[in-house]
Amino acid sequence: MSVVNELQKASLSPTFTEDPGKHPMDDFLRMDRMPHIWCSTCGIGVSVNCFAKALEKAHIPLDQVAVVSGIGCTGRVAGYVKVDSFHTTHGRAIPFATGLKMANPKLKVVVFSGDGDIIAIGGNHFINAARRNIDITVICINNFNYAMTGGQLASTTPEGAVLSTSPYGNYETPFNLPFLAESVGAVYVARWTSLHIYNQTNSMVEAIQKPGFSFVEIIAPCPTIFERQQKFGDGLDRLRWYCDNSEINNGAHTRDADIHLTNKIIVGKFVDVERPTYLDQMNAHYQEKLGSRYKKYEG
Amino acid sequence: MKADPKGVLTGSHFMDGDHACCEGALAAGCRFVAGYPITPSTEVVERFARRAPLVEGALFIQMEDEIAASIAIQGAVWAGKKAMTVTSGPGFSLMMEHIGLAAMDEVPCVFVDVQRGGPSTGLPTLPGQADMMQARWGSHGDYEIIALVPNSPQECFNMTIDAFNLAEQYRVPVMFMMDECVGHMMERVVIPAADAIEVTPRRYTTLPPGQYLPFKPNDDLVPDLFKAGDGYRLHVTGLTHDYRGYPNMSPATQEELVHRLVNKIRLNAPKIWRYEEIDVKDAEVVVVSYGITSRVAVEAIALARKQGVKVGMLRLIVVWPFPEQKIFELASQGKALVVAEMNYGQMFYEVDRCGRGKTPVLLAGHGGGTVHNIEDIAKIILEAKKCRS
Amino acid sequence: MTVRYREKPFGLPKPETPHGEIVIIEDRCKGCAFCIEYCPHDVLVISKKFNIKGYHPPEITKSEMCINCGFCRMICPEFAIYTYETKTGEKP
Repeated sequence: MSVVNELQKASLSPTFTEDPGKHPMDDFLRMDRMPHIWCSTCGIGVSVNCFAKALEKAHIPLDQVAVVSGIGCTGRVAGYVKVDSFHTTHGRAIPFATGLKMANPKLKVVVFSGDGDIIAIGGNHFINAARRNIDITVICINNFNYAMTGGQLASTTPEGAVLSTSPYGNYETPFNLPFLAESVGAVYVARWTSLHIYNQTNSMVEAIQKPGFSFVEIIAPCPTIFERQQKFGDGLDRLRWYCDNSEINNGAHTRDADIHLTNKIIVGKFVDVERPTYLDQMNAHYQEKLGSRYKKYEG
Repeated sequence: MKADPKGVLTGSHFMDGDHACCEGALAAGCRFVAGYPITPSTEVVERFARRAPLVEGALFIQMEDEIAASIAIQGAVWAGKKAMTVTSGPGFSLMMEHIGLAAMDEVPCVFVDVQRGGPSTGLPTLPGQADMMQARWGSHGDYEIIALVPNSPQECFNMTIDAFNLAEQYRVPVMFMMDECVGHMMERVVIPAADAIEVTPRRYTTLPPGQYLPFKPNDDLVPDLFKAGDGYRLHVTGLTHDYRGYPNMSPATQEELVHRLVNKIRLNAPKIWRYEEIDVKDAEVVVVSYGITSRVAVEAIALARKQGVKVGMLRLIVVWPFPEQKIFELASQGKALVVAEMNYGQMFYEVDRCGRGKTPVLLAGHGGGTVHNIEDIAKIILEAKKCRS
Repeated sequence: MTVRYREKPFGLPKPETPHGEIVIIEDRCKGCAFCIEYCPHDVLVISKKFNIKGYHPPEITKSEMCINCGFCRMICPEFAIYTYETKTGEKP
């Protein structure tokens, strides 16, 4: 059935009678699972939209892409994208992605997961994969809490935020994810908010195309939990807040990228360096040590 | 199909069980090992680290912990390789969540547990056999796995190949339960030529993308597999899922999926069972044992026979699924059963259950750290004979 | 549509401003109002009607002002709106 029939007639000019076809991202999505579970004004859907566009822009055939997610709201991304997608256990998307990539280096492996999944329970795997420069892209959607389970404190929650396990306000110091990623050796580190859709898309393109461990953090609103608990409004209010309170500073030092609810959020592309990937290093090293006995590992 | 000669170190070797297990894995076609060092299993991965660069297509990566290792191998399986990880008691406990994931997503992989004295850090360098129940029940939820127990380095080689073959045949994680003794003892291991080794290939689907359903079982309750990157673009999740792999939170789907996962092994169990019987026919008492304990039990039986007891031995090779029928048969024939194991009662409870009260079942167990004394087992055999009358 | 120029170009062909037709898949909309807020020409407003989910989808008011920038398409979390360039068929 043509989508045009679903429309209000007023949306089309009287002379326009062609069928515009389906939504340009419908081929990328598992339409048999739509609508997705994310709340109204949640930022995850925006990032999935940008990711679809990024894959298109990077001209990567979808057969070659594998998306791995953990558990959580962002973890559900794997279920909605029509590529080889894996919804693994909590915090362990990165080692799974490592196994996938090592066994078939031709795959473009993207880890799409949330802040708690990647840096709290998955922290050890994050830092080791970055250290080794495994050629995967990690897109971390940071909504400052564990939303799926009802809004508990996370290791990225800004100071003072009220959540269900910090009912009197958070007194812990949160992680500065870009700083952490840079310090453990990620070759590409960028942070954007849900509002910066073009920047986000371009960063995703660069991150996916760049060999090595790339990390893109996306600050997203969480209307049902985070914004509601802070009595802030909904996701649209938070997007307006991002507009006024985020500052693009490409190349800023990641040390200065702390997030406080009262300060400006620094966004931008912070790190873009070159480093041989894990497989490059392995192949070069074995070639040197074992000479002709070693056949280059290609999967 | 026959083994790939690139991974087969044909010849007669003098090596320990851990090394033999590594060679077995390579012979079976395992080309990805993710490990973490833990005594007494470290030698398996050390050997694999040394061999992998010289075997085409093999890769070893030492992960940052056992949790990462146990899921990295599953990533490798979905990308098309045969994979294995190796650990001991404490690491085995860490891997439990991912053993459950492998059972749920029907990932064919091998988990080697070289058992040591436990619980907790226990006796790192001394044997134990106290992980047997954990191999079956360790992860949460209903699932079934296959567990094999070798009792010599030669068996470590042969049975690792069997473990991989069973994993591929039933699309299930297989627990290879060695113990420190068998892992560290050095004996002759004969590795035959590659064309003498039977290896079960992975059963990939022949259906094109769009028609293939990743969790739709064939008649033997096992679905065909696919490989990421082949254009299928399918979803795999640890949530309860339907044939398409899509999460489906309904009791009907749970019933269908989990019941099949369990039946996949339970209904095929008679084909999977493997045990060895020694002098059981005329026996009044049968010693049930496995692993290193079975080698001591053989001596104990000889001693008991000299003392006038007609005793035989049932050595369990495939411990899970448990050979219920055989135990019931022995119990129905009035043979008293003595379970000799290096723990305070694990397979003992299974034997007791399967005996259905028809015969006395006694435990010859101890806490581990050393193998049994022959006299201790013989004493229990005599007691069993007394119980019988 | 009329576009203001800084200076009048000499004899050059008049630049073509793209014009997009907006397609709203109303029943997918969850009423987040991102597209309404961020359309550069304020082409969309919140309608009074309800869609099947009970949300108010956007409504097109000045359809001739749509320049096919694609911002609404990209920022929609529900994949419920996209634009289509009338001459080239491009969907940004």
